[in-house]
This record gives sequence, structure tokens and C-alpha cells, in this order.
Amino acid sequence: MSADIYHEMIIDYSRNPLNFGKIEDHDVTFHDSNPLCGDSIDIDMKIKDSKVSDIKFHGKGCAICMACSSVLTEMAKGKSLDDVRKLGKDDVLGELGLEHLQAVRIKCALLSLKVLKSALYTYLAGRTDADDLKEEAANLY
Amino acid sequence: MMQKTLSFEELRADFPILDRKVRDGKRLVYLDNASTTQKPNQVIDAIADYYRRYNANTHRAVYALAEEATEAYESARDKVARFAGIHDRQEVIFVRGTTEAINLVSYAWGRQHIKKGDIIVTTEYEHHSNIVPWQILAKEKGAELRYITINDDGELNLEDLEEHLGTGNVRLVAFSLMSNVLGTISDAPKIISMCKKAGALTLVDGAQAAPHLKVDMAELGCDFFAFSAHKMLGPTGIGVLWVRKKVLETMSPFHGGGDMIREVHKQETTWNDLPYKFEAGTPNIADVIGFGAAIDYLEGIGMDRIYKHEMDLTRYALERLSAVNGLKIYGTRNLSRRGAVISFNFADVHPHDVAQIVDGDGIAVRSGHHCAQVLMERLDVAATSRASFYIYNTTKDIDALITSLEKVSKVFKL
Repeated sequence: MSADIYHEMIIDYSRNPLNFGKIEDHDVTFHDSNPLCGDSIDIDMKIKDSKVSDIKFHGKGCAICMACSSVLTEMAKGKSLDDVRKLGKDDVLGELGLEHLQAVRIKCALLSLKVLKSALYTYLAGRTDADDLKEEAANLY
Repeated sequence: MMQKTLSFEELRADFPILDRKVRDGKRLVYLDNASTTQKPNQVIDAIADYYRRYNANTHRAVYALAEEATEAYESARDKVARFAGIHDRQEVIFVRGTTEAINLVSYAWGRQHIKKGDIIVTTEYEHHSNIVPWQILAKEKGAELRYITINDDGELNLEDLEEHLGTGNVRLVAFSLMSNVLGTISDAPKIISMCKKAGALTLVDGAQAAPHLKVDMAELGCDFFAFSAHKMLGPTGIGVLWVRKKVLETMSPFHGGGDMIREVHKQETTWNDLPYKFEAGTPNIADVIGFGAAIDYLEGIGMDRIYKHEMDLTRYALERLSAVNGLKIYGTRNLSRRGAVISFNFADVHPHDVAQIVDGDGIAVRSGHHCAQVLMERLDVAATSRASFYIYNTTKDIDALITSLEKVSKVFKL
């Protein structure tokens, strides 16, 4: 635990993040930040036939935050909203070998997941009763 | 009672925590002193000694323990007064820390004296504790909060102050004597003299300055001065608000309760004498005593010697940091205008990643916005890394930091 978590993939994604940018004609967008460290992420989504047809993120964050946002948006792209609902922290951490990340950095890793779930909830709340999702988003950590 | 000629290397033995190993047996290199400092045995023992031998409440009971506790508590007040060049001990109010001190002023002075249309001035490099209380007060009263901006060297643009004072509506100018991010030392004599001419009061946030510089209230000439024990070898949860008596006498109480009263009747109460009018409830006796021990310790070394040691470290650190690939240092290079706090960033590497990698080598530096988001906005960064030094740091600590930062440079291929 130290320089070890900063392996090639993390550094690459932090320098050249996947799905980085904005979708001007998004169907839903959501912003959140970590008050303690100042990491700040927006996610824009296009939704078609109950699937995430396009997703992009932008914002400022540490390498962990940027790498996790990259792999998470990559995972969500093309998935049905139901499957996006099921994405959890282990999916994100596992993809980047960050299972043993210390508690203080977990929030960096999972900020984008929180934003993604919040975006999804916002979208669904516009159409259906989504109290279950609200709870899900709140219990992320 | 204090050893006179211990070298800074030798006095490390007074700090048991510095022997600790962290992260798989690494030597602890503690460089987050602007946040809080480590405590010497003398302070830890003074606190334990109070609890072990003479724990009792102060000021009321007549028995032996209470008398000893009161004497120890009040003698710490005298130590604070002597340390900060305060001539009247009634002006020394014990509070939880600098944050509470500023909130006390905002509440007990501000609510009394700030009116609609008045102006409160602060600076772009303030800690949130010297911004937020004024925002709250200004909103409540319909007053205006204005800023003294900083230049690219991280020094205050005093022409802003001149312009604000020129309106004739400035009631208070609140500024820190040393920035907790840039290390800049404000030109307090000039600011205070400008404010005096304009009839504005001055509040000095001394949280960063008091541990490192000789401060003297009689000489400084401000109206309020606040500092915290834990940034100067003392315990957390205790600090000091000094208020010039003429101003203090115009202030209403902060908290109501025990100790701050003279007489209480069903509908009416008269206030206790100064400073007790502002110290409601059982005070933080143990930590006040610990604070006294910290002051003894610092004075045993001598503030002049401490300042020189820190500036030697700062000069060395600035030199070595400048040579690290991809590293940018914030703030002035003029050593006479800065203290032992250095903020820096690597080109595109987030400070949290920097802090994590150096932590792996046992090095504690701070990363984040340092409770100074207004300044982060001005610097156009989300955060910085910050190394800050104190009496027990040596050039060896700085060498360890540099080696570790070179690793960051390598990991991120800078």
C-alpha cells in the first residue's frame, strides 16, 4: 500500500480518461463533490430504450477518482438501466485492483459511482416511484 | 527548569511519538505542523499530573485540590500573557481554539456593533474560520464582506484595503498574520496603522504565527488576537482570544451559564468581571495547564531560536524542492516575508496522490484545500500539497521528503 496502487492502468486512465467530456443533449446529468478533498464529478447520460446509449463524465479529481470514473462509465455504457442499478463498489474497485484501498481514499474511488446512481435515480424519479433507488444511493458506502 | 542548550536534534527525545514506526517500519517524518504539532513529554505529563494529583474544579471550592487547580489554571493565564506581550491578564480569554475565538468576536462584538451598510474586510488567504463567521454576521446584519486580494507572489494587495477604508464604512479588518497555505507573513504594522487612521478595528488570526514568531500585543496594536495551543506543542481544544480592554468592555457575553455571572435572579443577571464574563461553564482546566507547559517549553528554547531554526529549514526545503522535476511552489521566495509552510503541486498530479505515495514512505504531509477554498479559487487549483515544519524537524526530514517526491515524479512519468 503506497506507490503500489499507482500501477500503469491507474496512471494511464488519470492522464487519458475514457468517456471524458460532456453530452450537450443529455437526458440526465448529475454533479457531486467530496467536501473533504474537493474532488468534483459530473456525469451526463443519453438514455434510449431503457439503456445507457451514451455516457460521459467531466470534473476534477485525483488519479484514483479519474481512473474509477473511466472504468465505471465504460461499464455503464450500453447497459440496461436495471444492470446499471446493480453496479456496486466491488465492480469498480475490482476492475482496478483497488480492493484494499484505505478508508480515506475509498471516497475518491466511489465518487463517480455515487454520481452515476444519483443520475440514474434522478432520471427514474421523473417517471416512476423510485424510493428504493433513493435508499440504494444513500447506502452506497 | 528547561535545558538551555539542547540542539534541535537532541530535543526530539522529548517527543515520544517521533520514535514511532509507520507503514511497515518506516521512520515517521511528520511535516504537517501547520495542521497540528506533536506534544513533548513535559506537556503530556502536566496534563496527566493534574488528573492524577489535583483534579478539581476551579474558582469556587475552598478545599486544597481546588486551590491547586485554580492556581495552576490562573498561572497558565499569566504565562499566556507574558508569552504574547499582554500587560493585562484580564484581557486573556480561554476558548476552544482560534475558530471559537473568532466566532466569539463575531457574536459578542459583531452583533453589538455591526449595522446595516457597514463593511467587514478580510483577505483572500484566510482560513475558513476567518471568513465564514463574517459571512454569517454580514448576512444577518445586512453588512458587506469585502476582500483584500493577493498578488502572484501570494502577498496582500494593500491598495485594496486602502480603497475599502476609503468608503468610511469599514468597522473591522480581519486578517491572518501568517497564511496557513502560502506561509506569507502579512504586513501587520502597516495594515493596523492604516485601519487605525480610518477608525476600523483589527482582528489578527495568529493561529499560524504565534507558534513560530515572537508576538507582542503591546507592539502589534491590533484589537483582537486569536491563537490555538495545539499548533504550538499544546493540547487540542484550547486557545486564546485576546481583546484590548477598551473594546472588551463594550462586548456582551458569548455564552450564558456558570462562572460568567456575578448575581443571578429570576429575571435578571449581572456579569462577572473580565475575563470570566466570557468563560462560561467549567473550563478546560487540564488543557489550559498543558498549554502553560507548552509555553514554558517554547520559552525554554526561545522564540528567536525557533524562528531561526525554522527559517533555516525553509530555506533548505525551498532550495531542494525547486530542483524536483515538475514541482511548482506557491508563495513568495522572499524568506523575510514567509514562514515555515510550503505549498506545492506537481504539474497534473493531484495532491492526494502525492500525499498517498509519500505516506507510503512514512512521511506525513497535508493535501487538500487546507480550509482555504477562497485561496484555492484564486490560485485556480482544487488543492495543494503542503509541508510545514516545527522545532523537531531536521534537514534529514526534508531529504526524506525530497526522495519520496522524486518517486512521485517517476510514478507519474513527469
